[in-house]
Amino acid sequence: MLSKKQIAQRIASEIKDGQYIYLGIGIPSLIANYLPEQLQVVFQSENGLLGIGPYPEEDHMDPDLINASKETISMVKGSSLFDSAEAFAMIRGGHIDLSILGALEVSENGDISHWKISSGLIKGVGGALDLVASEAKLYIAMHHCHKDGSSKLLKHCKMPITGIKCVQKIFTDLGVFTVLPEGGFKLCERAPGVSIEEIKAKTEGRLVVKGEIKEMELFDAE
Amino acid sequence: MINKTVKNGVEAVSDIENGAVLLVGGFGLCGIPEACINALLQTNLKGLTCISNNAGVDDFGVGLLIKQRMLRKLISSYVGENLEFEKQFTTGSLELELIPQGTLAERIRAGGAGIPAFYTPAGIGTHVADGKEVREFDGRLFLLERWIKADFSLIKAWKGDTAGNLIYKGTARNFNPLMATAGKITIAEVEELVPAGELDPNQIHTPGIYVQRIFQGDGYEKRIEIKTVCK
Repeated sequence: MLSKKQIAQRIASEIKDGQYIYLGIGIPSLIANYLPEQLQVVFQSENGLLGIGPYPEEDHMDPDLINASKETISMVKGSSLFDSAEAFAMIRGGHIDLSILGALEVSENGDISHWKISSGLIKGVGGALDLVASEAKLYIAMHHCHKDGSSKLLKHCKMPITGIKCVQKIFTDLGVFTVLPEGGFKLCERAPGVSIEEIKAKTEGRLVVKGEIKEMELFDAE
Repeated sequence: MINKTVKNGVEAVSDIENGAVLLVGGFGLCGIPEACINALLQTNLKGLTCISNNAGVDDFGVGLLIKQRMLRKLISSYVGENLEFEKQFTTGSLELELIPQGTLAERIRAGGAGIPAFYTPAGIGTHVADGKEVREFDGRLFLLERWIKADFSLIKAWKGDTAGNLIYKGTARNFNPLMATAGKITIAEVEELVPAGELDPNQIHTPGIYVQRIFQGDGYEKRIEIKTVCK
């Protein structure tokens, strides 16, 4: 079973040189830590920045420079700033190559739920509905099951839908899955020490296992 | 050149009436019109509709307007961790409309640009599409969203001149330039106000035509919501 850091590390190996990328909060936000140094990629922030850099030094914190999680950040060399309409124009317009988001549920036809109603109150949808509706590739990073043990890879989403038929690939603590065009989660790799039987037992939606499924290769993620 | 200068926030908001619809700039607490919010708090206005990406926090930003029970309705993309908001929402005294962030931005942009409606892919297959026209273009589904306009836009820029030209800094730009275009009366507050002619026209983000009133605010707190530093 993978740690959050290892899930992030596994996804990092999918990222290609020259990509413009959107990283959501949670596990996706860790991915930037595991990119090879020679890789040239640009991270977008929906509040108006291309070129998110690392967190700043304490005395360089700028209240006018935050990411979409409202954290203080820095800019890399070659960054650009713009307004919110422009930020979403580049998202919806298909200019961002890859979005990596967390999720509460994914269905076997690629629907995603990322938000819930707690005590009758919806806290909001943010920019995720726009992100998943774009033509960018959408990868999901999440735990395979909820804390109560129930599966997050479902036949149909039970929570409010964020977008339909939009997920291409899912990275969990148990393995890597692609969503098949005809529906179903195709198992591509399993996490070290995790059996196909365990994955089957913990996947509520249709799981497709074809041929030999190899264990993924990981470097030390600490 | 036309001079748009007013003395301060109190003068700038003095003709806002009960029940007015306000666009309020900012993302989180970044780039919010602190001086205009403070000026509103000194009035007894009630029943306002506030359109702002977020709801601030309990003791800062739009959260202060909520705390003082000045709002009837809030239109946002994410209201987050605001206890006072939750209380008023649960008891039914404050109405909430949630809009996907990109759709919110584009609706405001459309309002300022004279485009009454547009088709977007965001929200197809979700509750956001309920009751809205859906149409197919080139094999994909899109839904119809309408423009947003307001009685007043309260926005914050970094520098401005007396003609209303504005320059923003960092990610404090966010919704401010869009909202500047969509208010019948746009009130801009800036950290530094200079005479017309002193800003480089090549660097202007919001042309002065969109701004009816401008003033230099003072004592900006610019609170940081989440301080994160490298180790």
